[in-house]
Amino acid sequence: MQSVYMDNNATTAMAPEVKAALKEADRIFGNASSMHRYGREAAALVSHAREDLAALVGCRPSEVLFTSGATESNNTVFDIARHLITQGKGSRIVTTTIEHPAIIETARYLQSEGIHVDFCPVDSEGRVKIDELEKLVGDDVALVSVMMGNNESGAVQDTSSAVRIAHAHNALFHTDVTQAVGKLPIDFEKEGFDYMSLSGHKFHGPKGVGALIARKGAPLMPFLHGGHQENGLRPGTYNTQAIYGMGIAAKLAKKDLETEAARLWSLREMLRKGIEESIDDVVINGSQEHCLPGTLNVSFPRAEGESILLMLDMAGVAVSTGSACATGSLEPSYVLMATGMDVELAHGSIRFSLGRYNTQEDVRYVLRVLPPIIKKLREMSTR
Amino acid sequence: MKDFKDFMTGWVYTDTVKDHFINPRNLWKKEEDFTPDGFGEVGSLACGDQMRVGITVEDDRIKEIRWLTYGCASAIASTSMMSELVKGMSLEEAYKITPEMITDRLGGLPEHKFHCSVLGDKALRAAIDNYYENKGLENPFKGTVAKVVCECRNVTDQQIEQLVKTGQVRTLEELTEKTGLGTGCGKCKAKALQMLEELKHIYNIT
Ligand SMILES: Cc1ncc(COP(=O)(O)O)c(C=O)c1O
Ligand code: FES
Repeated sequence: MQSVYMDNNATTAMAPEVKAALKEADRIFGNASSMHRYGREAAALVSHAREDLAALVGCRPSEVLFTSGATESNNTVFDIARHLITQGKGSRIVTTTIEHPAIIETARYLQSEGIHVDFCPVDSEGRVKIDELEKLVGDDVALVSVMMGNNESGAVQDTSSAVRIAHAHNALFHTDVTQAVGKLPIDFEKEGFDYMSLSGHKFHGPKGVGALIARKGAPLMPFLHGGHQENGLRPGTYNTQAIYGMGIAAKLAKKDLETEAARLWSLREMLRKGIEESIDDVVINGSQEHCLPGTLNVSFPRAEGESILLMLDMAGVAVSTGSACATGSLEPSYVLMATGMDVELAHGSIRFSLGRYNTQEDVRYVLRVLPPIIKKLREMSTR
Repeated sequence: MKDFKDFMTGWVYTDTVKDHFINPRNLWKKEEDFTPDGFGEVGSLACGDQMRVGITVEDDRIKEIRWLTYGCASAIASTSMMSELVKGMSLEEAYKITPEMITDRLGGLPEHKFHCSVLGDKALRAAIDNYYENKGLENPFKGTVAKVVCECRNVTDQQIEQLVKTGQVRTLEELTEKTGLGTGCGKCKAKALQMLEELKHIYNIT
């Protein structure tokens, strides 16, 4: 049976180049903070990674703080905002309704601690309403956080306008670029962002490693307390190999960013057109104009998402769904619901997310197995 | 190297579920000329689960059964299993089928999927009710089983009564938290609130 992985927004396979580099470096085990040669060797790996990652996202190497991933980076930024607010520097946080749980849940936690958080709504395409954001942000706001590319719908947000709005009110601006890295050009310095979160495993690097990019001079308080690593801002012995691997992945991503993005978009469009041609009554979700190149979110009315996912799985195709049934929660995807989507459509939504190792052959295979699955489920359906 | 192939058997569902999901039994095919003596429909598309059941009856037994469902693998497999289970059963037995009997025959469902398996028996009961209605007969079994208050989350009157009686639930919020009631289409909330007040009165809970 053919096997096709189209769930790259969940995680990606490590690049062979990354694996090879890690293999080469596998005798290096020193603590990157030690002064002896073992330590210096390990420190060199970390320092390479810092430069490669900085080059990919347009910041200075010294603005990179290695973390365990975007979840930790997001938590750190919101914790900084909490500090500022307790010190009387602002009294409110503004974020959006479609952020990843690593932000939504952190924001809810802060709310339970008595901190005022507002969630900016999105339009029917899943894009943050900039005019609403403008209204929500005032001089009392400490932090504005708007993600760059949404993991479910693929909608790319107007972070350039968002940062302008934040700065017009002297608020700090954070963006979660986890899904955008390696797919969209990111220029931290030029955009004037204050903070940025990302994870290595979303761009063919290792899991459990990521970074918080923090502008020089932006407020920084440690989220964890301990050793002096990362100037004491992120203590804990460096996960040297993972950091190094993420650096290699960053280098790889930078090398062919434009061609890869174009390739992913053409595969995505091939998939979209193929689905629209071979299956009647489908709804493409999210913005088509402002969309992550590899993401295609589609709803199949009269077929339920978990059923589609499992039948695709049996045919060797891995995707994800916004249906409630698949997550064990009772609600379908809040990201899709935030766009004002009909509940039935959300239950029948499937996210295809393409990555570096998907080919036209993969798309053709999906287009072969998907239509009979939808047909079968619709024949079982009450409608 | 360790064999990671185990993941195939480690599918979230049992082989029986998988079998019924892929090869559903007694499906109501559109081309088939099936005229039911009783017909029932429960759930709603908005809740992510909707089920339709048709039965023919002979000598107070279920002769044939057909169904359609909009739902996940658990919902499809449990309706399919239910349809096998009740074929040939007396209407009385069939009326008392519970979700547990169905999931047992399926070899179990993951706990968080149980709520997806609970519409089949309700739809069947609705079909039996409808059968008696069509015949103009008194339904001899009505009232002997729990009634669903929240269709989306399958919360029954007996369940609510139990929770109120034991003091576990006092408000609609608590009821929602405990059972999920009202978190689908929301149409049941008013009714649930009214029930809650009545039950609190009956059991003298403030
Ligand atoms: C937009 C976004 N932010 C944050 C995360 C969290 O990343 P991690 O689980 O690596 O911490 C993810 C991953 O799902 C994501 O898509
Ligand atoms: S009946 Fe739909 S939420 Fe209760």
